[in-house]
Amino acid sequence: MSEQGPVVAGTELPPLELRFTRADLVRYAGASGDLNPIHWSDRVAGIAGLPGVIAHGMLTLGAAGRIVTDWVGDPARIRSYGARFTRPVLVPDDDEGATVLVTATVTGVSDGIAKVDIKAVYDGKGVLGRAQAEVLLPE
Amino acid sequence: MPDESFVGRALPTTGPFQVGREKVREFATAIGDTSPLCHDREVARAAGHRDVVAPPTFSTTFTMPLIEAFLKDPAFGWDYTRMVHGDQRIVFHRPIVAGDELFTTIHVDSLTTRAGSHMLTLRCEVATADEPVATTTSLLVTQA
Repeated sequence: MSEQGPVVAGTELPPLELRFTRADLVRYAGASGDLNPIHWSDRVAGIAGLPGVIAHGMLTLGAAGRIVTDWVGDPARIRSYGARFTRPVLVPDDDEGATVLVTATVTGVSDGIAKVDIKAVYDGKGVLGRAQAEVLLPE
Repeated sequence: MPDESFVGRALPTTGPFQVGREKVREFATAIGDTSPLCHDREVARAAGHRDVVAPPTFSTTFTMPLIEAFLKDPAFGWDYTRMVHGDQRIVFHRPIVAGDELFTTIHVDSLTTRAGSHMLTLRCEVATADEPVATTTSLLVTQA
């Protein structure tokens, strides 16, 4: 990020494209311990009223957070992070999976900490609401 | 109907959860994070960390199972099968790194019912034996 000049309100972070396949959901289920079958069973997802298997909200949140950690270069610089889960990400049982486009913009800098607003879009619609991170900038 | 008398209470502290280096690597891989700080101990040490650094959402690996156990306990009366995760916030007092021994205390901050839904806010205070590490806040929603 040092090559991009000073970080100010309006600074845009390099965008990130996420792709989730069923294999990614299974891997995340194992790594996170979230074994809820709506993330791997179409049958159970259907019983829950969903059109099909959906990604874990925390997978979308965690992967989208890379837009900030990749930019600042060290996950230890994240002071806060969070979002509302506004829409599910449907992950079809094919090789393409689901694509989520992540963008982020600095909204302000104070005491060396940048506030960053994050947007994550799947199928033309936002899947995270009020997604924001606070990041301690390198000196 | 969830038991409103839980609101304002803290559940018994659990732990320690040992943050394993391989668990940090496994979790980072699962969210596609290839940063050497999450994978390579020497790189992490050169950057001033004691060991590999956990990605920001790593705490879910030990807080969500505790939350799940509470919500499945019939004593609270929550419909876990219809639950969705509404909102998640994480505030760090310091980064989580491999080797940490973490204790978690769940606080039942609020329970409201509106528009046919129960909305529950659970706050997890995560700390070592000596210092606070993170505060996570989860909004969980289920049908009333």
